Amino acid sequence: MASAVSSLSRSAGSTTRPLATRDALWLRYTLTAVALGFLALFLVLPLVAVFAEAFRRGIGAYFAALNDPDGLHALKLTLLTAGLAVPANLVFGVAAAWCIAKFTFPGKSLLITLIDLPFAVSPVISGLIYVLLFGAQGWYGHYLDAEQPWLPGLQAWLIEQDFKIIFAVPGIVLATTFVTFPFIARELIPLMQTQGNDEEYAAITLGANGWQTFWKVTLPNIKWGLFYGVILCNARAMGEFGAVSVVSGHIRGETNTLPLHVEILYNEYQFVGAFAAASILALLALVTLVLKSLVEWAHARRHA
Amino acid sequence: MNFSHLPRLASAALAALALAGSAAAKSIELLNVSYDPTRELYVEYNAAFAAHWKTKTGDDVVVKQSHGGSGKQARSVIDGLRADVVTLALAGDIDAIAKNAGALPADWQTRFPHNSAPYTSTIVFLVRKGNPKGIKDWDDLVKPGVAIITPNPKTSGGARWNYLAAWEFAKRQLGSDDAAKAFVAKLYKNVPVLDSGARGATTTFVQRGIGDVFLSWENEAFLAVKEFGADQFEIVVPSLSILAEPPVAVVDKVAKRKGTAEVAKAYLEYLYSPEGQDLAGKHFYRPIDPAAAAKYASQFTKVELFTIDQAFGGWAKAQKAHFDDGGFFDQIYLKN
Repeated sequence: MASAVSSLSRSAGSTTRPLATRDALWLRYTLTAVALGFLALFLVLPLVAVFAEAFRRGIGAYFAALNDPDGLHALKLTLLTAGLAVPANLVFGVAAAWCIAKFTFPGKSLLITLIDLPFAVSPVISGLIYVLLFGAQGWYGHYLDAEQPWLPGLQAWLIEQDFKIIFAVPGIVLATTFVTFPFIARELIPLMQTQGNDEEYAAITLGANGWQTFWKVTLPNIKWGLFYGVILCNARAMGEFGAVSVVSGHIRGETNTLPLHVEILYNEYQFVGAFAAASILALLALVTLVLKSLVEWAHARRHA
Repeated sequence: MNFSHLPRLASAALAALALAGSAAAKSIELLNVSYDPTRELYVEYNAAFAAHWKTKTGDDVVVKQSHGGSGKQARSVIDGLRADVVTLALAGDIDAIAKNAGALPADWQTRFPHNSAPYTSTIVFLVRKGNPKGIKDWDDLVKPGVAIITPNPKTSGGARWNYLAAWEFAKRQLGSDDAAKAFVAKLYKNVPVLDSGARGATTTFVQRGIGDVFLSWENEAFLAVKEFGADQFEIVVPSLSILAEPPVAVVDKVAKRKGTAEVAKAYLEYLYSPEGQDLAGKHFYRPIDPAAAAKYASQFTKVELFTIDQAFGGWAKAQKAHFDDGGFFDQIYLKN
């Protein structure tokens, strides 16, 4: 993608201007105005509204609202969840993209379809899958209740540890990982397919083993795409609402992530608190966007 | 699995238990899974109970809360949400937990006084200031052009109470169940959006400005007026409404496993104490204790109330006939 854009801009700088930039002046300005107006209305205005509402009762009230223990716990849980879900998907995404782009094997198109599954199903369904699997009435619950389970030692250990999956942190991490599953793989597959296998073949011909090929040839080639995928994945992991809402159980100070906490505060008429928490989420998103722009900028400079 | 560690593990656990027992103050954590409109009540009640328990036993109790539509919350407890106590909107939802998860005995409702309902409430109408559509009673709701906000009876307890109140009103006015069904069907034709819980529906009506009338828990309506001012909303009390008894119960299976049975029971008993009753009245629930009821009597309008046992023969019957899959609500709503 990025390389296509940069080659376009290079040709624009050459002698003949492409058709698209020879449109009438009024048309160009109208289109620009429409685009900017749309952006202002649908992106900038809501963002401003979030911060305006958050600071409506002054900066003191804003920080007092942020200092709420349940809110701080929600922030910690959100960061923890993203911190576990993103690395898991990083490993999976690279492995899947590598398999799909560099090899042919039976069931490859099935694997590609499966990777897209979390995009295709509603997040609520994603959450329900885990309730059905790990709920007290699901497989996990039946296993814990079983009179004669397989691996009785494991059952005893799980009961002794009181190991909970849904309505606890593991379920939230699982649901988030599932929902953000495709981001990195989807970012890498087209990139690796375009790059082809030539450099890897060359490396192997020169005597590199599999790991060396991966670390010294494949990884440097995909690192920007990978970074971009991680950022997108992280943004979604921190903002996920639907799937997490289903598996969370909404226990305050225990299983509420920041997006769920925003909803709770809003529903309790604590508007400053709700928008203060929302502003933290928005800030996290802005940091992500800035990182993303930096990556694109660095990438464009390398390829210029 | 290597079993040779088990004795050592067990002795370590025993040592830990002994240590915990010898410590001066235990720290106990309870989870109260409740329905939507009790949020503000339990914030205050939990603090009061923690103070009470501290002076009584010296132990610290932290009560964690989870709120949502009553039916949805019951579903979560059935699916394994570890509630020590449930304080839900109606007995039917706790029945469901008893039946589907076997987490408490079927006769749970006899374990606390007054059918295990420490406070009662009813259903009233919340309308916009000046009551522009002139809504006074249930039959004004089915007029064309009236937009009604009520949550989904499948997931919300309050919605089931107000559905049944509308049904009983129609039955008394029109004389038959068939006529009542047609009346309720007409009523739901005027509902533009079904939220999953009472608080979501309140937000829809109050903050998003959708609808002309909100069929609301009495306490939820008072809270909205208190939060947003009497210059925006008015409460309309219909000629007949239902006596809503939101019950409480200890979830034995969880409490036993967590060793919290005693404190969980005390937690719910304290709701019946003068302090608990006073807090209920303060948060616009109708206290059952005569002293507290007298203190807060002036804030409630007198309204003719019927009970679900009189009109529908109890929750089990009402749930089956009206709200289970294929029941009257499905027939009405799918036709819409």
